[in-house]
Amino acid sequence: MTPTKNSSRVVLITGVSRYLGGRLASLLAADESIERIIGVDVIPPRQDVGRTEFVRADIRNPIIAKVIASAQVDTVVHMSVIATPFGAGGRTAMKEINVIGTMQLLAACQKAPSLRKLVVKSTTAVYGSSSRDPALFAEGMEPKAQFRSGYGKDSTEVEGYVRGLGRRRPDVDITLLRFANFIGPRIDTPLTRYFSLPVVPRVLGFDPRVQFIHEDDGIEVLRRSVVDNHRGTFNVAGDGVLLLSQAIRRAGRVAVQVPSPAVSVLGAFFRRAGVVDFSPEQLQFLQFGRGVDTTRLHTDFGYVPEFTTLAAYDDFVHGRGLTRYVDPERVAQVEQLVLASVDRGRTVHA
Amino acid sequence: MPEARVIPLDGREEPSSSRRRRPQRCSETLEDGTRCRRSAVAEGLCDEHLTALQEAQARAAMPEWERRAAGALAFLRRRVTGEYPIDDFGFDADLTENVLLAAIRPLAEKYFRVETRGLENIPADGGALVVANHSGTIPIDALMTQLAIYDHHPAKRHLRMLGADLVFRSPVIAPLARKSGSTLACNEDAERLLSSGELAGVWPEGFKGIGKPFSERYKLQRFGRGGFVSAALRAGVPIVPCSIVGAEEIYPIIGNVKILARLLGFPYVPVTPTFPWLGPLGLVPLPSKWIIEFGEPIATDALGTAAADDPMLVFNLTDQVREVIQQTLYKLLLQRRSVFF
Repeated sequence: MTPTKNSSRVVLITGVSRYLGGRLASLLAADESIERIIGVDVIPPRQDVGRTEFVRADIRNPIIAKVIASAQVDTVVHMSVIATPFGAGGRTAMKEINVIGTMQLLAACQKAPSLRKLVVKSTTAVYGSSSRDPALFAEGMEPKAQFRSGYGKDSTEVEGYVRGLGRRRPDVDITLLRFANFIGPRIDTPLTRYFSLPVVPRVLGFDPRVQFIHEDDGIEVLRRSVVDNHRGTFNVAGDGVLLLSQAIRRAGRVAVQVPSPAVSVLGAFFRRAGVVDFSPEQLQFLQFGRGVDTTRLHTDFGYVPEFTTLAAYDDFVHGRGLTRYVDPERVAQVEQLVLASVDRGRTVHA
Repeated sequence: MPEARVIPLDGREEPSSSRRRRPQRCSETLEDGTRCRRSAVAEGLCDEHLTALQEAQARAAMPEWERRAAGALAFLRRRVTGEYPIDDFGFDADLTENVLLAAIRPLAEKYFRVETRGLENIPADGGALVVANHSGTIPIDALMTQLAIYDHHPAKRHLRMLGADLVFRSPVIAPLARKSGSTLACNEDAERLLSSGELAGVWPEGFKGIGKPFSERYKLQRFGRGGFVSAALRAGVPIVPCSIVGAEEIYPIIGNVKILARLLGFPYVPVTPTFPWLGPLGLVPLPSKWIIEFGEPIATDALGTAAADDPMLVFNLTDQVREVIQQTLYKLLLQRRSVFF
């Protein structure tokens, strides 16, 4: 597949008022080759989105079809599948936005003759998280356990509808991007809030592998999907994995291990307190973790994330200015002190 | 080694003396194989390498216990601050080498007196698949094999074991298994390990082998579905048969509490001469004498990757591996003087 430049002239971005949508809009706004950028969301964007035209619309509403038709949109970037019921006003509303919203948007896309490209921001949560998982999921693999509810299930359904559109409109290039957990100095996700807790609860007896994608890398992958042609499904994650315990240590935080039933109780408490949103699915993730294979991103898509999982995480820790309760410099000082005292003891004896 | 002096034939000046007038360069070789480019300060070394040398000399002058203490302290610091690498499977080499293997070493050396044979059959680098018989109620045999290869193989290779789903479902055991280099026994992981040049280990009898009654000791069970053979074929790596003698006797299973096993979701709940009668004391394994023998590798690269899709060939190869292990077991049993010596 040879990337052809300037294939997109009129780009529509859903979920533009959210952090990643806004950043993508402002990045595309700086690109001269794109004529128009239309941002759609239910609330106006808070961050600067440049020359992006904002349309206040709900993708669950058929009005979206009129927007696409009247503006002759040729590229749709679907970024409004939400991960938590926290901001959406409950799980029912979340599911409605995710599934019904996507159906409505894709129905509009199918009817739009001008449409050439569809970029969908999905998640590696579609692979689930269980004890029977392979170490790394490649794009062709199926989840090992069935989903009951939540983000993973919504995303799986969204991907199903996207594939349906792909069958009915083979002329549309579909790029399905499965992102690992976003992390970075600015982005706010349930996981960044989790790592920012003064005492981080872990599931007793489990230490999952986690994988991150730096926000800058994620945005760059989305931008390239819009300006170049990359048909297909791609896992997007930084190289390597981190163990949860290691991540907590690197942030200088204190982990407390709690039995898994207590974690759900704690999760419910945190959810009510509005601090961290722990869904049952995320508890599963905190137990078994997940890793994905990014070979296809490196070779077919042609992008190697600048931040490895480790570097992305460290950038988050430094960028946030998280208070390190266990300071690595102090630890090194203590080590030197002990070594020096041992040394002194020896010279005195000699 | 003293350098040979070059005697100039045409009476010209010795080339080395002309070089000597220029500031001498550091004689240290860098990590990438090139010579250090900075000029030497003393002893033919630049300031940085001189300090490194002095530090190394100081370390060498340290008493043994102190060096160990410094090593342990550095290890502790790395653990506290999270500065250690993890591979994609969750393998933590730092922890495995310094803690996990050290913890089971006395068990292998003093208790089971593990004797390792045929280590030259394990390649020094590149992928290979070790296939072994499984026994002993709990998979101590796998741990002993991992330690034997790490301790006695010249390349100090880590055996990356492929474990059952139950391992990765169990709290405490699951993270330890991942950190010590194990991963789930599935085709995806086996192929990924082997094709990235790792030494992987499988116990294809699974629970049928490890949980079999004592009366069936050293009788190999069915070798799964031969998935390990297709993984080796796809990766084109040799299969190294491994026969373990001694593990059968550590916890002789004389009964199985099936109802309890079904209730707890375990494949079996063993009854041994000491367990559960003696309570926690029943958990102490019997001190049998162990022999681990690695047989001649069976090459698969000549068969090509397409062979993995030929079930007949896979079955035959599986049988061949199984037969080699069974014959070696019989041979080792004849050589063994008694169960405990």
